[in-house]
Amino acid sequence: MLSIKNLQAGIDGKQILKGINLEVNAGEVHAIMGPNGSGKSSLASVLAGRETYEVTGGEVIFDGKNLLDLSVEDRAREGLFLAFQYPIEIPGVSNINFLRTALNEIRAYRQEPPMDAKEFLRMTKEKQQLVEFDAKLVNRSLNEGFSGGEKKRNEIFQLAMLEPKLAILDETDSGLDIDALRIVSNGVNKLRSDKNAFVVITHYQRLLEYIVPDFVHVLYNGRIVKSGTKELALELEERGYDWIKEPAYSNS
Amino acid sequence: MENNKSNDILDDYIDKEYEFGFVTDIEMEVAPKGLNEDTIHFISAKKEEPQWLRDWRMKAYHSFLKQPEPTWQNFELPKVDFQAISYYAAPKSGAKYKSLDEVDPALLETFEKLGIPLSEQKLLSGVAVDAVFDSVSVATTFKETLKEHGVIFCSISEAVKEHPELVQKYLGSVVPYSDNLYAALNAAAFSDGSFVYIPKGVRCPMELSTYFRINTQNTGQFERTLIIADEGSYVSYLEGCTAPKRDENQLHAAVVELIALDHAEIKYSTVQNWYPGDKDGKGGIYNFVTKRGVCKGAHAKISWTQVETGSAITWKYPSVILQGDHSSGEFYSVAVTRNKQVADTGTKMFHIGKNTRSRIISKGISAGEGQNTYRGLVQVGSKAENARNFTQCDSLLIGDRCGAHTFPYIESKNNTAMIEHEATTSKIGEDQLFYLNQRGIETEKAVALIVNGYAREVLNQLPMEFAVEAQKLLSISLEGSVG
Ligand SMILES: Nc1ncnc2c1ncn2[C@@H]1O[C@H](COP(=O)(O)OP(=O)(O)O)[C@@H](O)[C@H]1O
Repeated sequence: MLSIKNLQAGIDGKQILKGINLEVNAGEVHAIMGPNGSGKSSLASVLAGRETYEVTGGEVIFDGKNLLDLSVEDRAREGLFLAFQYPIEIPGVSNINFLRTALNEIRAYRQEPPMDAKEFLRMTKEKQQLVEFDAKLVNRSLNEGFSGGEKKRNEIFQLAMLEPKLAILDETDSGLDIDALRIVSNGVNKLRSDKNAFVVITHYQRLLEYIVPDFVHVLYNGRIVKSGTKELALELEERGYDWIKEPAYSNS
Repeated sequence: MENNKSNDILDDYIDKEYEFGFVTDIEMEVAPKGLNEDTIHFISAKKEEPQWLRDWRMKAYHSFLKQPEPTWQNFELPKVDFQAISYYAAPKSGAKYKSLDEVDPALLETFEKLGIPLSEQKLLSGVAVDAVFDSVSVATTFKETLKEHGVIFCSISEAVKEHPELVQKYLGSVVPYSDNLYAALNAAAFSDGSFVYIPKGVRCPMELSTYFRINTQNTGQFERTLIIADEGSYVSYLEGCTAPKRDENQLHAAVVELIALDHAEIKYSTVQNWYPGDKDGKGGIYNFVTKRGVCKGAHAKISWTQVETGSAITWKYPSVILQGDHSSGEFYSVAVTRNKQVADTGTKMFHIGKNTRSRIISKGISAGEGQNTYRGLVQVGSKAENARNFTQCDSLLIGDRCGAHTFPYIESKNNTAMIEHEATTSKIGEDQLFYLNQRGIETEKAVALIVNGYAREVLNQLPMEFAVEAQKLLSISLEGSVG
């Protein structure tokens, strides 16, 4: 589904991603771990197409298409979803109106007719219950005045509504208490299927006790220096990141 | 890369067509250019006016000659050559029509094209319309239905003939002819406009609306609106306006007077979309308007809502005189300026009675090289015990070549007054756009969404029938202003 080959990118001439290789297939959950500043969020941003980053090399194929050629919105319409580390507030725009606009834009791109109001409301209710999102928040202004946890949960609600092929969760666990973490993880687990895939970026292995990954990758200094299965996350928890910082562990 | 992209889109936008810029080809009777006593006599004669009105116009004309040009505004006041304007233009086929069958099809077609069908079968249900074309009202719909409720809704020329006592009593009572240069000009030369009277205790059964269209070259539009809500009555009124694209500027100097008696409520909404001029600021309407309402009786309420997207220069301060005890005034405004458009707008709230309330919500949106000024005055008189005002004044900037300015004035002579003022300035953030883009929403739509969200509080005040239109208008008028 997603194939990243030797991806290099930076900001203002400073190289941040220094040759990333990653293969993600449908039905898989990949965790990306690594110390602060190693480039995890940058990878998510580059995949989503944030313009502050300049891609300097490599290629990314998403479902047969050259992802890097697509605009931010077309990547989203192709089925790439980024759950933001810091979700943005849009005052005065209701969550529901925003989601309806997004959903219909995506449908229009796929040459599907707009969803009728009744069907949309039915779906909203179903998904809101599925991911245990507070019904009151559905009609509020998008993230305006939401607590940190509510914002993160709204990302998962949006994910449920938009049904992407590939979801990248950027430190969705940060700032969540244990209950919220459990709810968010449950939501993600319910949304997992053999047709979609998840890339879960996290600093801590705690999240991975709830969302169990098929693969774990360690990003360090702009490169994936180690890949393994979920046991790798436990090992990192025990030993910290220092031991992987040796170039000898580079997997490429 | 970012900047180039936004400039490209801005450039694309430059050629964006003004949707209502067409001209109606119809034979017109146009008064010779220039303003003098003969012009006033000519207009009065055309309208077969009574002597009192002729005298009033003449006094206004002499006041106009003595009025200085204002100097306090926050833009360079263009030199308007009052002698280069024709003060009267009416379709030749007859100024006022008995029934729609008599109206020139070209006129009906014009209004239809503007989305204002006048034939009864196609009417917007629940909205009565007075259609003003250059200097004359061509049709007023639903008159009979309104009559059953005792509501008078007609052109002001007709009201002068049919209801002279009401017109004579209230005309100029809120905005005297000597008020300012443009109000004096209007009083001297006004050609038509709408008149509304809601009798005691009547809740007007439908929205009333006037649609103004300037068509003829080198004319100005000087319409006058007078709305009287008698005790315990309610009316919601809306005006809309458009004009053809022309290279020269055209002057629109209207006067609106609202009178709300005891426990009466008037809701006045404007969706202003006059031709704004081209990207270099060539052409466009000078929209210099005096709008004022008086809450004459206790517990009266007047609410102004305006969505201003057009005109080269918009210059007006819809105001409320809070004379009756417990009366309240509201002002909700969204003003958009882009390219070289200028808006210097706001409100004045005069607290005179006890326990009077006012609320001001102003949302300025500037894009391109647009300049947006909010100017507001809250005045509390010595007898206005417990007056309350809340003002929220927000500015949204799109791009870095535009400007937002706020001038809030407060004059209080009563120390029981409570006056609150809040102001914010924000930009549409790159992160907001990225967030919406990432959900599949393209930039153009994302901007529209953000702007509509920003203006929500004001748009919510519009009658349902028009809120959707206004939302669309906001989106269209900002198309391409962000990259
Ligand atoms: N906007 C930016 N401008 C300059 N450098 C940045 C910017 N964002 C991130 N970086 C740098 O890129 C590197 C990777 O950061 P990031 O992707 O946030 O890492 P992580 O998510 O793993 O903590 C860091 O050195 C950080 O300082």
